[in-house]
Amino acid sequence: MGKTLFDKIWDAHVVQNVEDGPTQLYIDRLYAHEVTSPQAFDTLRDKGIKAFRPDHVIAMPDHNTPSDQQDHIDDPIGKKQVETLAANCAEFGIKHFAMGTKDNGIIHVVGPEKALSLPGMTIVCGDSHTSTHGAVGAIAMGIGTSEVAQVLASQCILQSKPKTMRINVEGTLPEGTTAKDVALYIMAQMTTSGATGYAVEYAGSAIRNMSMEGRLTLSNLSIEMGSRAGLIAPDEVTFAYLKDREYAPKGEAWDKAVEEWKKLKSDDDAVFDKEVTYKAEDIAPRITYGTNPGAGIAIDECIPTTDGMSESEKAQFLSMLEYMQFEPGQKLEGTPVDYCFLGACTNGRIEDFRAFASVVKGKKKADNVVAWLVPGSWLVRQQIIDEGIDKILEEAGFELRLPSCSACLAMNPDKVPAGKLSISTSNRNFVGRQGPGARTILASPLVVAASAITGVVTDPRKL
Amino acid sequence: MAKEKFDIIQSTCIPIAIDNNNTDNIIPARFLAFTTRDPKFYGDAFMHDIRYNADGTPVADFVMNQAPFNETPSKGNREIVIGGQNWGSGSSREHAAWAIAGYGIRVVISNSFADIHRNNLLNCFVLPVIVSREFQLELFDTVAKNPNAEVKVDVPNQTVTNVTTGNSEHFDINSYKKYCLMNAYDDIDFLLSNTDKIENYENK
Repeated sequence: MGKTLFDKIWDAHVVQNVEDGPTQLYIDRLYAHEVTSPQAFDTLRDKGIKAFRPDHVIAMPDHNTPSDQQDHIDDPIGKKQVETLAANCAEFGIKHFAMGTKDNGIIHVVGPEKALSLPGMTIVCGDSHTSTHGAVGAIAMGIGTSEVAQVLASQCILQSKPKTMRINVEGTLPEGTTAKDVALYIMAQMTTSGATGYAVEYAGSAIRNMSMEGRLTLSNLSIEMGSRAGLIAPDEVTFAYLKDREYAPKGEAWDKAVEEWKKLKSDDDAVFDKEVTYKAEDIAPRITYGTNPGAGIAIDECIPTTDGMSESEKAQFLSMLEYMQFEPGQKLEGTPVDYCFLGACTNGRIEDFRAFASVVKGKKKADNVVAWLVPGSWLVRQQIIDEGIDKILEEAGFELRLPSCSACLAMNPDKVPAGKLSISTSNRNFVGRQGPGARTILASPLVVAASAITGVVTDPRKL
Repeated sequence: MAKEKFDIIQSTCIPIAIDNNNTDNIIPARFLAFTTRDPKFYGDAFMHDIRYNADGTPVADFVMNQAPFNETPSKGNREIVIGGQNWGSGSSREHAAWAIAGYGIRVVISNSFADIHRNNLLNCFVLPVIVSREFQLELFDTVAKNPNAEVKVDVPNQTVTNVTTGNSEHFDINSYKKYCLMNAYDDIDFLLSNTDKIENYENK
């Protein structure tokens, strides 16, 4: 029987299989940010040990970073956390991309764009959106802080091997439909726990035809389906994206690496524990209406009614809508929005800014909307400027901010006030996610851009 | 987090019948900016924005604020949470497991856990017990009828019992993790005892 892509990478990293227990898996790359690492470094200090392979570790602050200026952090707690990361990196000899420097940005944007994440690697970070890096053809998984400590101490983690699932998306995506919509569609089909216990591989012609940025968006959202890992077999798109980037192998080493990477695909006779296929033609621009990312609809559809729900389903559904201040059966197109957010590890890449600019070019931002346009890294920001996109945005009344996780999770000054409605390219619409009491609609950069122009939830195809 | 060896736990429960109770619910992001390891700090933040209004007053109709479920966990009392489906989805923040452990919970029972959170619970010496949907619903029902109903979790025999009805189920845990829980043994200690194997792997 053939092997899946996941099996190939997993098997190549097994240090040992613990009897009737987990696998001890070797980790090629640990990323660390300020939020989930301080207590891991404390563990090393408690035990009086050094980082085992510090050159395999890259750290950068992103969650607490402000997006309006980066000279200082006003909040003393966030400031301390960012300073603690810098101090820990100095103490343990770990490469650190400091806030405000050209290397900095959101880990899941910086890793792939610097080719620190490469095909065939095992990659972990104390962050569930580590699944993003799987788009280059790697096993990339979010872990907890205890596991961060384990990797710092031994370059290994203990994991039970997940089951494998292949999600095929076949056909051509309709105009206006993006990778974000594909992910939101899959979640709505299979629920936010549909892929729990599985490592997902995305395949099919719609994925093959997707840009690297689109693939990173899709893999990013794997965790919102319950899957810790979302892999895409590396191909010419991947190689073209990675070639000549800062940490990519160069010259002969590059050619040799590509030869190896070409073997990283599921064998024709590989068997997955589960396989599902969706038709690209069925996927329209989407929005969410609830407080989990699976609670979504096509933008021109209505929120479901309670027909056919059990009493407990109905109670939870109605409580979700009560928080969102929506009604069953309501159409959301045309609903006024207060905040528009473009950015996050989901949609903070150059292609997302190009898409946003393509919609707002020659138009004006609606007066009722506060818009935060936040590049995922300093490299992305530079490219936006190099391509003149910043001018288009400026003329349309938008301001380009500084790289940060920003309004994705309310750990920095970009918080959506209680009761306000935000339409956002981020990844989670949980209760209070963008600020206590904030209400979030998840959508693609195209939908957010169209809504920022009209001031109401807007289908970009109709603008 | 304190590591107490697992054997048999028989306790009253806290039923938190919220499906998709994500880790943002279990502990909101603003509590993540701290670098402390104080269990009480995280325990106080457990389900914070569901438990408390914006002005800090308790949300009256939330179960954790209602007697007797508002009792501070102690040996045999409120040490077990019965959770809704897809418990701990979303963010990988181990702070969620710290909040649960810090509050005094030793076991969380659900029919499904998110993968990362489940590992985090185990690493924080909180036992996630996966039961069938029927068993979970029966537990909710039993506790609704008698708030002081007890559940027995027998780690050596890997069984969970609704003491009121006598219904019992086997639960899965691999031998390695079971050993860890019963002996307060950490993954990091295991890994540090295996560095020769790691170096062999690197030299391959």
